[in-house]
Amino acid sequence: MSSAALLLRYLAISLRGQLQYRASFLMAASGNLLNCVIEIAGIWVLFDRFGDLSGWSFAEVAFFCGTVNATFAMGELLATGFDQFGTLYVKTGDFDRLLLRPRSTVLQLAGHELSLRRLGRLLPGIVIVVAAWAALDLPLDADRVGLLALAMAGGVAFFFALMVLQATMCFWTTESLELMNILTYGGVETASYPLPIYHRLFRRFFTFVVPLACIGYFPIVAVLGVDDPLGTSRLFQVAAPLAGFAFLGVAIGVWQLGVRRYTSTGS
Amino acid sequence: MPQIEVRGLAKTFRVAERLPGLAGAFRGLFHRRMRDVHALGGVDFDIERGELVGYIGPNGAGKSTTIKILAGILNPTAGTCRVDGLTPWRDRRRHVAHIGVVFGQRTQLWWDLPVIESFDLLRDIYRIPAAAYRDNRDRLIALMDLEPLLDVPVRQLSLGQRMRSDLAAALLHGPSLLFLDEPTIGLDAVSKLAIRDFVRELNREAQVTVLLTTHDMDDIEALCERVMVIGNGRILVDTSVDGLRRRVRNERILVVDYDSAGEAATVDAPALVAEGEGVRSVERDASRVRIAFDPDRLPAATLIGQLLALGTPHDLFIEHPPIEQTVAELYAEHDMRER
Repeated sequence: MSSAALLLRYLAISLRGQLQYRASFLMAASGNLLNCVIEIAGIWVLFDRFGDLSGWSFAEVAFFCGTVNATFAMGELLATGFDQFGTLYVKTGDFDRLLLRPRSTVLQLAGHELSLRRLGRLLPGIVIVVAAWAALDLPLDADRVGLLALAMAGGVAFFFALMVLQATMCFWTTESLELMNILTYGGVETASYPLPIYHRLFRRFFTFVVPLACIGYFPIVAVLGVDDPLGTSRLFQVAAPLAGFAFLGVAIGVWQLGVRRYTSTGS
Repeated sequence: MPQIEVRGLAKTFRVAERLPGLAGAFRGLFHRRMRDVHALGGVDFDIERGELVGYIGPNGAGKSTTIKILAGILNPTAGTCRVDGLTPWRDRRRHVAHIGVVFGQRTQLWWDLPVIESFDLLRDIYRIPAAAYRDNRDRLIALMDLEPLLDVPVRQLSLGQRMRSDLAAALLHGPSLLFLDEPTIGLDAVSKLAIRDFVRELNREAQVTVLLTTHDMDDIEALCERVMVIGNGRILVDTSVDGLRRRVRNERILVVDYDSAGEAATVDAPALVAEGEGVRSVERDASRVRIAFDPDRLPAATLIGQLLALGTPHDLFIEHPPIEQTVAELYAEHDMRER
């Protein structure tokens, strides 16, 4: 069975398991949903008071916010195994079990669980994007839809990579470090607003070190069809999401180092 | 060519030394003293295809470390190891596709999945061809009597049921080599016998090579032709089960039952040792007498002759000393303590 098919098998099994615990699923999902709604409501309150954010309208900011939330939710959906890696696999020694199977550890962990409660963030994210799209009167053409899809795919790779990095640290620390939440949850917060509002150092960091803006701000500027106040070219904006995949490549490389450490310390 | 070839295998772990008390724990945050623990200090052995080898030693002797290295989930510090021509930790994915591993302490199955679904998932993970899978699965289900358990989630299985399922799961892909790490730990007598029968059958019929670690010497006696004893990270003895007994102390025990305790009382060491010093001890328990002797110095026939001259036993038979005792003596001889 190919890796992709096996991943789907894993995920189907996980879905069935979760549907057995309906109440737990419904509560966790509605918790996530509430979170997301409060976030967008907070942004709306801000705009209601101040009108616009250095030239960006509410609908435009909602577009950023909805996209990053939907993207993050999909990344999280696939990376639950990495999110809980320290407690579930390193502390217990269960990682040995994965190493005993003739498949890549990344694949096995991606298949650990398709955490349905993440739908609580995915669905409102998508609704917000669609609503913002309509409010802005954007034409529904293949270029825009294609670019948004590419940005979101790069974004899923990006957030997945962050989770992989977080899990990699567990090889040294055993327990999951909340440190990475600064970049995951903090990243969602940050990417909910247009990049130019941030300090120059911040912008550099989120473009060249942790390429959050490359999967959020830059391609979305192109989708919105506005000129970038930062002066980037359309070509750059369209190609930027590829940085998300590159980032994932780097993260998997670091992960392999972690695995090597695990197999030489045995813990 | 042997199926497993191990040369000079060594593994050193660096562990942080813990200082006592809460204050010590805090100090450990900033300043750590590292200590080297030599789990394996140069181990050599070969295992031929189709062998069933017992691997014993006290806790902390290096058994699990060896198994983990052979299974490809731990890198050694030094030494080489070839399993079917592959270096386990370098070719992990190719290597593990041809071995089966069962840890008695930990299941390899999915806690929430029914047994049969775990099996199906393993089919996909190991890319087992459909026909081979069906054959293997049905044979293993029949052999391990798993039919009634197939729809039960693994978490609801008893330990014995879980171990049977785990063994079957480890064999679905038809490995030519099986590592069993304490497969009978915590099992009741019936389950232990079932596991032993199965492993013996597997080794004899399917020619699967088995390396078995255990603390239960009955496992060793029931299954293994060959035993390796490891202590302090080195192989101390690599011999047959009989050889192991002989190596430590060549001893047999003659158990003699009399009709009454009075008759039994006439048997004592001075009456028997006249022939030489072949008798090591005489223990009496009511009408039963247990005489430990060295068969090289005092042939059993001579000893029995002497006994018959002293009285008429109701029944007599010769026992091997329990292998547990043999192993305990071996550990003591090499000053092996749990570390």
